[in-house]
Amino acid sequence: MSSPLLQINDLSYSYHSLTGETYALSHVSFQIQPGEFVAIVGPSGCGKSTLLSLIAGLLTPENGQIVCTSSRIGYMLQRDHLFEWRTIYQNVCLGLEINHCATKEYLTYIDMLLKEYDLDAFRDKYPSELSGGMKQRAALIRTMALKPDLLLLDEPFSALDYQTRLQVSGDICQKIRDANKTALLITHDLSEAISLADRILVLTARPATILDDIGIQLTTTETGPLAARQAPEYGSYFDKLWKELTHGTT
Amino acid sequence: MEQHKKQLTTQELYVRKHRLHHRTIGLLRLIVFVLFLGLWETCSSFGMIDSFFFSSPTLVVRTILTLWTQNNLPLHIGITLTETLVSFLLVTLISIMAACLLWFCKGFSEVSEPYLVILNSLPKSALAPLFIVWLGTGMKTIIVAGISVAIFGAIINIYSGFQQTGIEKQNLIYTLGGNKWQVFSLVVLPNGIPNLLSTMKVNIGLSLVGVIIGEFLAARRGLGYLIIYGSQVFKLNLVISSILILCLIAFGLYRLIQFAEHLMRKHMHLA
Repeated sequence: MSSPLLQINDLSYSYHSLTGETYALSHVSFQIQPGEFVAIVGPSGCGKSTLLSLIAGLLTPENGQIVCTSSRIGYMLQRDHLFEWRTIYQNVCLGLEINHCATKEYLTYIDMLLKEYDLDAFRDKYPSELSGGMKQRAALIRTMALKPDLLLLDEPFSALDYQTRLQVSGDICQKIRDANKTALLITHDLSEAISLADRILVLTARPATILDDIGIQLTTTETGPLAARQAPEYGSYFDKLWKELTHGTT
Repeated sequence: MEQHKKQLTTQELYVRKHRLHHRTIGLLRLIVFVLFLGLWETCSSFGMIDSFFFSSPTLVVRTILTLWTQNNLPLHIGITLTETLVSFLLVTLISIMAACLLWFCKGFSEVSEPYLVILNSLPKSALAPLFIVWLGTGMKTIIVAGISVAIFGAIINIYSGFQQTGIEKQNLIYTLGGNKWQVFSLVVLPNGIPNLLSTMKVNIGLSLVGVIIGEFLAARRGLGYLIIYGSQVFKLNLVISSILILCLIAFGLYRLIQFAEHLMRKHMHLA
């Protein structure tokens, strides 16, 4: 195996307030190889988002190490957070503007992404004129524009309605795979995790530790979230995850 | 086809209803105005109120005409307007800069908070005599009085508007590699603009209040001076006329800022 893109060693983190300490993560360790698509599932409030914030550098670890061989990390949040005072094009160019790298190369890449994500006709529209799925795709372009090696996805589809969610999640994940990016997806939707990821990390309730690390192998002829749900292995993976999450043991 | 036609008519009905509503409101406003003037005029001409104390619409018009031709009314109006606009602009400028400073230095904002609250709750008219002693009588004092009324509330409002920016939007800038300055210029400032605009609408009125207080105490020109002079020599026609002109000025200034707000919102694509 090649060297891991992301290596988490014995990571712990707790939140402090005057009334006491809340342990969010306790001795979490795992690795992610380049090109892997890893999903993280766990009970709600177990510290999944804390983990991503730590990897993204928004929080500083109290104990343990995070080693990432690439400095280019893209972070996609639950809500699109497109700025309503900017056009779609200005929104997707935000990262380039911040890093002062609006070169021809990057701008051509954005043009390509806009075409690929069917948003080219909407580049001069404002976010209020777009549907939820389109906004989420625009948010992904904004993240992808800086050509990150590692994508952190924090329940990026949970604000969408079910139908759009199936469509957009399959669509976006295929695009991430096509671009050969490494991705770490947080979700509370087990079906989504099974159908999208190569590997699933199961976290325990707070303080979160890694309960299980499951490699996903689905035998399907077609790709896409619906085809994955038809795979013969799907049911057993689902049962396994469900049991682990409800009982808290493997 | 039939369906389409029906939809059009309900739409037309809606538009018609909407217009009718607006016209009715406008008409009622006009009726209130005319009734008020009529009642006022009748009461004074039939001696039900003493026109020496309460004046009357015709007397007001006559007084304004005399003021305009003989006492340089445009100058008085111009002075008050200039002072108000200058203090409004200074309030806007200073309060935006102060709010930025508070946002960038959390410690500074925590330390200054109680002082800002005290200064904001203080009746600013109590300060006016001090300003006269410190700065003398003149335009400078009056502008400072105008600023003093609005400034503290403006700083508090604009700063709390900045603070209302969602943490996730700010984090977005950090995850894209931005620094604190970029968080401010790309998110916090544009996000705070609607609040800034509504604060400005309040400030224009407060500046006018401060300027009139200042003119009461330390002026030889301006509408505030006319009012105080009129009351001292018992020319109540003069007082009431000046107050009515002030009403018009206040309304005009408010509308001006409202228009600026409208342009800004349209420019920024806000609802």
